[in-house]
Amino acid sequence: MLQVLLLTFSVVTVARAELCKPDAQNAFKVRLSIKTALGDNAYAWDANEEYLFKAMVAFTMRRYSSKTTTQISNVLLCNVTDRVSFWFVVTDSSKNTTVPGSEVEAAIRMNRNRINNAFLLSDKTLQFLKISSTLAPPVEPSTPVWLIVFGVVLCLIVAAIVFLVVAGIQQRKKKNKESTERENLEEKGEVTITIENGIPCETLDLKAGHINGVFSADDERFTSL
Amino acid sequence: GFLIPYFIMLIVEGMPLLYLELAVGQRMRQGSIGAWKIISPYLCGVGVASVVVSFFLSMYYNVINAWAFWYLFHSFQDPLPWATCPLNSNRTGYEEECEKTSSTQYFWYRQTLNISPSLEVSGAVQWEQALCLTLAWLVVYLCILRGTESTGKVVYVTASLPYCVLIIYLIRGLTLHGAVNGLIYMFTPKLEQLSNPKTWISAATQIFFSLGLGFGSLIAFASYNEPSNNCERHAIIVSLINSATSIFASIVTFSIYGFKATFNYESCINKVILLLLNAFDLEEGSLTADNLNEMKDYLMATHPQEYAQLLPQLKNCSLEAELDTAVQGTGLAFIVYSEAIKNMEVSQLYSVLYFVMLLMLGIGSMLGNTAAILTPLTDSKVIATRFPKEVISGVVCFINCIIGLIFTMEAGNYWFDIFNDYAATLSLLLIVLVETIAVCYIYGLRRFEKDLHTMIGRKLNWYWKVMWAFASPLLIISLFIFYLTDYILTGTLQYQAWDGTQGQLVTKDYPGYALAVIGLLVASSTMCIPLGALVTFVRKRLKRESVSTVA
Repeated sequence: MLQVLLLTFSVVTVARAELCKPDAQNAFKVRLSIKTALGDNAYAWDANEEYLFKAMVAFTMRRYSSKTTTQISNVLLCNVTDRVSFWFVVTDSSKNTTVPGSEVEAAIRMNRNRINNAFLLSDKTLQFLKISSTLAPPVEPSTPVWLIVFGVVLCLIVAAIVFLVVAGIQQRKKKNKESTERENLEEKGEVTITIENGIPCETLDLKAGHINGVFSADDERFTSL
Repeated sequence: GFLIPYFIMLIVEGMPLLYLELAVGQRMRQGSIGAWKIISPYLCGVGVASVVVSFFLSMYYNVINAWAFWYLFHSFQDPLPWATCPLNSNRTGYEEECEKTSSTQYFWYRQTLNISPSLEVSGAVQWEQALCLTLAWLVVYLCILRGTESTGKVVYVTASLPYCVLIIYLIRGLTLHGAVNGLIYMFTPKLEQLSNPKTWISAATQIFFSLGLGFGSLIAFASYNEPSNNCERHAIIVSLINSATSIFASIVTFSIYGFKATFNYESCINKVILLLLNAFDLEEGSLTADNLNEMKDYLMATHPQEYAQLLPQLKNCSLEAELDTAVQGTGLAFIVYSEAIKNMEVSQLYSVLYFVMLLMLGIGSMLGNTAAILTPLTDSKVIATRFPKEVISGVVCFINCIIGLIFTMEAGNYWFDIFNDYAATLSLLLIVLVETIAVCYIYGLRRFEKDLHTMIGRKLNWYWKVMWAFASPLLIISLFIFYLTDYILTGTLQYQAWDGTQGQLVTKDYPGYALAVIGLLVASSTMCIPLGALVTFVRKRLKRESVSTVA
């Protein structure tokens, strides 16, 4: 009796060992980078962590297919390395084969967040090598931010331009009015205006009158007192 | 390493030519066209050539300000948009083009420029860039609206703000990890570079363009000076301050560059370590940067087959190679700096500061250019009496803005490179050469010396006389010969096009019409000089004939 039991046990173990192998059908490789993610707070990978992993995968399969038949013992881990990477398969106890890879993949994709959080890791540090993760899209506001800033700056600049142009026009109108007034007063002979060669001094262009350097009073040329 | 040729070129070329232009402007008291007419009636073409070059420059230069605005507006986001790649359509990974190259290059080539694969594929006008370009032109219009007096006040801001930002960046840059590598790289003289004539040529060109010689803007600004202004002292001070600023800016640049190179080097090493860890299932932390080489040999010895399979993916990371990637071209400046900024803490603040500084510098340059165009226009009585100043400035800005829309098309950056490389270089050299020869030999060095003595009240130093008469013209002629031989030797002209499928730049030949445009650019400004002389000659002949027939 005992021998039969031992024989079946060894057969089952061998069969199960055959189910979980690197590159076996429906097997997935997992890679963890605990030290990169947690630094000094990193935990060591031991049998307890493996148990947690099996539990999480079983939980995932249960949630996905709503079958309550997946047990922790259905999840097989093998080839654990120092890197902390290993292969796992999910077996189906009723049929003694592995659950199809597509089902496992879909289940893990659905519950990826829960698995990551159980190990305090992220999509990058807990990698399922054949399962691509859905990346979170960046938050996009309804109007792009740059348009808002652009609008503000544009309004400021346009307002400044309009202000300057209007001020310039007003100044020119005032000057024209003043010069016509002055001409009227001149005809009446009431205002004395300084004139040089027949041109009133105010209208002389500033550029045209300049100081001659040779004749200007240069302090250095005169002996100081 | 660049510093030695830079300083020599400054003393031999920069200062004398700057003094010459300032003195001419101050003496003749007119913009570039009028000033050269006074020196000799046959030389009116020189002024026109300066104005044409300034016109080309203002056409394409404001696009840089538009890009700076674009980056500035995008700096108000967290995280910065060029820090991460966008996701692809089914959200399983990043965009393919962004994967092949870095996120900053992707942001520049795809999201800013939306560049086409070659010059022939023109594409549509990018409305975002067109908006930024319009804004840039509005800002320039605002500054030149009231004429040079208001421009003078604006320049107080645009000239001093970059210094503040540079000081902030200096403090930040020097405290960055790996900045020292960049500084060591900058200050170690490389003797083999000194013997290469190309270094001296680029130092000369750099001095030339940073001082703004030959554009006519210096003459225009100097014409507003008082005649008794001591332009000799100003020339020396301005060129020294200019060089000091360049050195200061390059210290900041190289410290940030060193940071970026060190960061890239360390990520490269980390990638190699990760690859080896994953391939051989080693424990985390067993491979570090220090023991990487020994471990690589060990792995090669113990697992030769797998190592040989991995070998093509294992890049040889080298800090020198990262530092050597040449920084040139406007696009590269945007890429390199934004890459460095995205790795700093509080990157939004530094990004805003940097692009505001870039804007100030760019607008300052634009003000100089537009002043060079507007001064001759407002000087000429034909136009100035009919239209007020605001309308003339407005029309000039509007025309330039419309033409500038070409550079916002998908192939716009290629046209920008054409203008950047060919619109100014050869023409400016020729203009400055003609200027020096005109002042020294046609106007007469003694006559000019007397004029300066009248203005400043001091005798002209022999150093300036030697430089103006012999050294500077010889130098410019040799630069000229170098450029021409370089072009003849290389044959056809080529450009760098961005290949989205590969994620890198590829070299292509210019199509026929692009070569025609290049020829037109160079010819239209250089031909002004002989044409001007010819027109004056013909006019004088006709006048003489009409006078003789009347008599």
